[in-house]
Amino acid sequence: MNITINLSMALVLAVLYSVGFYLLMQRSLMRILIGIVVLGHGANLLLQLAGGAPARAPVLDAVPPQEISDPLPQALALTAIVITFALTTYLLALGYRSWVLVGHDEVQDDVEDRRIAARRGPDGAMEEGTAEETEAAPEDTADSHELEEGRR
Amino acid sequence: MLAVVAAHFVLALCLPALARYNRRLAFGAGAALLTATLVWAMSQAPAALDTGVTDVLAWAPDLGLSLSLRLDALALAMIVLVSGVGALIMVYAAWYFGPRSTDAARSAALLVTFAGVMLGLVLADDLLTLYVFWELTSLTSFLLVGQGGQYRENRRAAVQALLVTVFGGLAMLLGIVLLGELAGTYSIPAITAAANDGTLAAGRPVALTIALVLILLGALTKSAQVPFHPWLPYAMAAPTPISAYLHAASMVKAGVVLVARLGPAFSAYAVWWGPVVVLGLVTMLLGGWRALRQTDLKRLLAFGTVSQLGFLMVLFGAGSRVAALAGIAMLLAHGLFKAPLFMVVGAIDKACGTRDLRELCGLGRRRRGLAVLATLAAMSMAGLPPMLGFVGKEAAYEAFLLEGGVRGALILTGLVAGSLLTAAYTARFLWGAFSTKGTQPTGGDPVPLGLSGPAWLCALTGLGAGIAAPLVNTLAESYAGPLPVLGDPYAAQYTLALWHGVGLALLLSAVAVVGGLLLFRYGGTATGHGKVPGLSAQRGYEAVVTGLERTAIVVTGRLQIGSLPVYLACILVVLIVLPGPVLAVAGSLPAQQSLYHSFMQVPVGLMVCVAAIALCRARRRFTAVLLVGAVGYGIGGLFIIDGAPDLALAQFLVETLTLVVFVFVLRRLPAHFAEPDSERRVRTPKALVAAIGGVLVATMAVVLSGARVLPPATTDGFVANAPEAGATNLISAILVDFRALDTIGEITVLLICAAGTASLVLATRYDKRKGGATVTSGADSAEREQEVAG
Repeated sequence: MNITINLSMALVLAVLYSVGFYLLMQRSLMRILIGIVVLGHGANLLLQLAGGAPARAPVLDAVPPQEISDPLPQALALTAIVITFALTTYLLALGYRSWVLVGHDEVQDDVEDRRIAARRGPDGAMEEGTAEETEAAPEDTADSHELEEGRR
Repeated sequence: MLAVVAAHFVLALCLPALARYNRRLAFGAGAALLTATLVWAMSQAPAALDTGVTDVLAWAPDLGLSLSLRLDALALAMIVLVSGVGALIMVYAAWYFGPRSTDAARSAALLVTFAGVMLGLVLADDLLTLYVFWELTSLTSFLLVGQGGQYRENRRAAVQALLVTVFGGLAMLLGIVLLGELAGTYSIPAITAAANDGTLAAGRPVALTIALVLILLGALTKSAQVPFHPWLPYAMAAPTPISAYLHAASMVKAGVVLVARLGPAFSAYAVWWGPVVVLGLVTMLLGGWRALRQTDLKRLLAFGTVSQLGFLMVLFGAGSRVAALAGIAMLLAHGLFKAPLFMVVGAIDKACGTRDLRELCGLGRRRRGLAVLATLAAMSMAGLPPMLGFVGKEAAYEAFLLEGGVRGALILTGLVAGSLLTAAYTARFLWGAFSTKGTQPTGGDPVPLGLSGPAWLCALTGLGAGIAAPLVNTLAESYAGPLPVLGDPYAAQYTLALWHGVGLALLLSAVAVVGGLLLFRYGGTATGHGKVPGLSAQRGYEAVVTGLERTAIVVTGRLQIGSLPVYLACILVVLIVLPGPVLAVAGSLPAQQSLYHSFMQVPVGLMVCVAAIALCRARRRFTAVLLVGAVGYGIGGLFIIDGAPDLALAQFLVETLTLVVFVFVLRRLPAHFAEPDSERRVRTPKALVAAIGGVLVATMAVVLSGARVLPPATTDGFVANAPEAGATNLISAILVDFRALDTIGEITVLLICAAGTASLVLATRYDKRKGGATVTSGADSAEREQEVAG
């Protein structure tokens, strides 16, 4: 029996996954979210295609059992579709919240990580005194941000 | 025996509350428990010295793990220090910590905990039990040295002590596991027996050597031997009672105890006694030499402790009967003279506000009692009769005189030189603390009995033990008995005694004391202080720690750059690099490959592709959302062609709902994406990685689907059982009946997502009602940008 995924469907899968991956690597939360949706579509399609070549719908009294398509991948894909929807709405709400709080929906670089990467030397046990002095400054600014937030 | 150890931990739990009520009562309770432990141990002494008293709790018998304790001569000697001297130090601490001290409650609880842990360590009868208590002493020491952590000096000292001793501890764990696997048991008596029979690790000498070196690493770091010694003088940042207890009487002896415990098994191996004896001698000399250069009395004593620990290492490492006798005597003597000396320094510190020997002046005349007490303890340190220190030193000289040979002669020379330095720094200590040096006299406050009393008791015990040397001999003999007699056969009859008559050993004692005094008088060490030139172990430690931190920063800085796209790209690249080549090499495309199964797949698939590609170029949010919708409906179409109407129905419904939700959010967001599109420099690699990833997934799908040779096995079952479920539609039968639990899980996920979404949306509404305008953090401020840009 022929259950191999055909070339045109393989092309669709390749395009969906590529576009999904590409959008996932963007900085706008909205684009990332769309990337996840597209990846979800690709995955659902893959699940369904894994069931084999096109056949009749798996409804027993209308079709003889020999002619129906494999129902298990369909059931799994159906679950996946619904879960993707739930995930999409949740991520959308997160993006919306981020926009409300920060004023844009971009994923920015982690400042703390950048600071570590920019540091030349350690400031642990050996130069503890200096470490405390340098670390005092950012803490102060963080506090003032919080204060500002509180005032607004 | 287990109950005695456990009692310490129970009491320690209660002490913080008790200390808040009454500080001295808390320390008193600790002292009472420690005294009770000592009394209990002494009541067991006859049996302990005869065969040893054991107590085993098999807590994981299937794994062969048990908590086994054994009271024998060595443990008894250590209990005298841990519990006996410990009780006195607890009393001392009650008067040392002032009424406003914030550290008192904490220290009381930790000291009792430490006493319990140390008790477990000296009683441990199998290597794993020993290891657990060993590391617990490191941890309690860290907490005690670090104190509340307010002072940089305490923190540094605590970290250094922890790093060095835990490094050694971990090495020791490796060694213990290796040794345990070689011997097939972790029980110390069993290992000793096997080693003495020669059945231990037969034919695997290299593994045994590695195991012993690793175990020694633990002992050497814990007992502050060269080159690991600097942590001990730095640990003097701790309050004096803690220094007196941990860093003179008990914890630092853990390494010595380990060497003494395993000595009967391994002292015949050169890899065991070689490093112990050589490093011990070097430590003894270096510690003594450095002590002569210190101006802080406490650090002077600390280097003295380093020196004495080296001495003890030599005695227990040498592995002969007389050396072991001397070792037990010196072990007791050191605890009994070093603890009171520390207590004296603490009392001076409290009375005068300084312990710098350049500032102290005229204390000997004003505090005569304290001076007599210090001299009494110092006599034992210098090895003068009739103190226990003299008895021990005599025996030590005698041991290597009797052993003879090159090894004996070399060790003897080292010991005499070390003792000479000991006498010299003893003189320097007494001179520094009590002499009148012509400056302003210091020290006004009288020393309370609570501070001097325990020290007196300790020092007098040293005197008493020296006079009652035969009693100490009984204890020491029980430990040293099984050890071999090296050299002169007379060594078999040697006993510890205060007076052995005029002989070479007495002469050597006299040489050491007189030489030490001369060195102190004419060697320029009286006022001398200053840096020791050249190689410094402390600098080595600092270089190692700094290097480690620098490496950590470089590695973290390179790996964790804080950019989400880069992280995702990394994951994708791993996906490409790892399974990709495998697919290329091992995968084979199916032989017969069709372009399409149903003609309609081509136009619908094309539409999906076009919409998806256009999605990448969309600038407006709304366009993007519409294109996603197009992709979704297209997929639905493909489902219909595939013969999955249920799936298509769900897809159309969900797609419509998603569009509606998107539109709700889009209403509030700006029309265009914030960034126009990433720069070409970034865009091209992203697109390339994404395209390769996508093609890889599709290829994998084709290859894997081609690998299937049989029709699906479950379909027939579903078909057969569907009538029972009362359904003709197989999909609905699967979802609500056959795999109903999955569906419940799915519904749960939906509910959680709904709750999360609702709370996020409602939070925004709540903010608006409270504050009016939008809330912004500093994330888009100029400073923030500056930070991001670096």
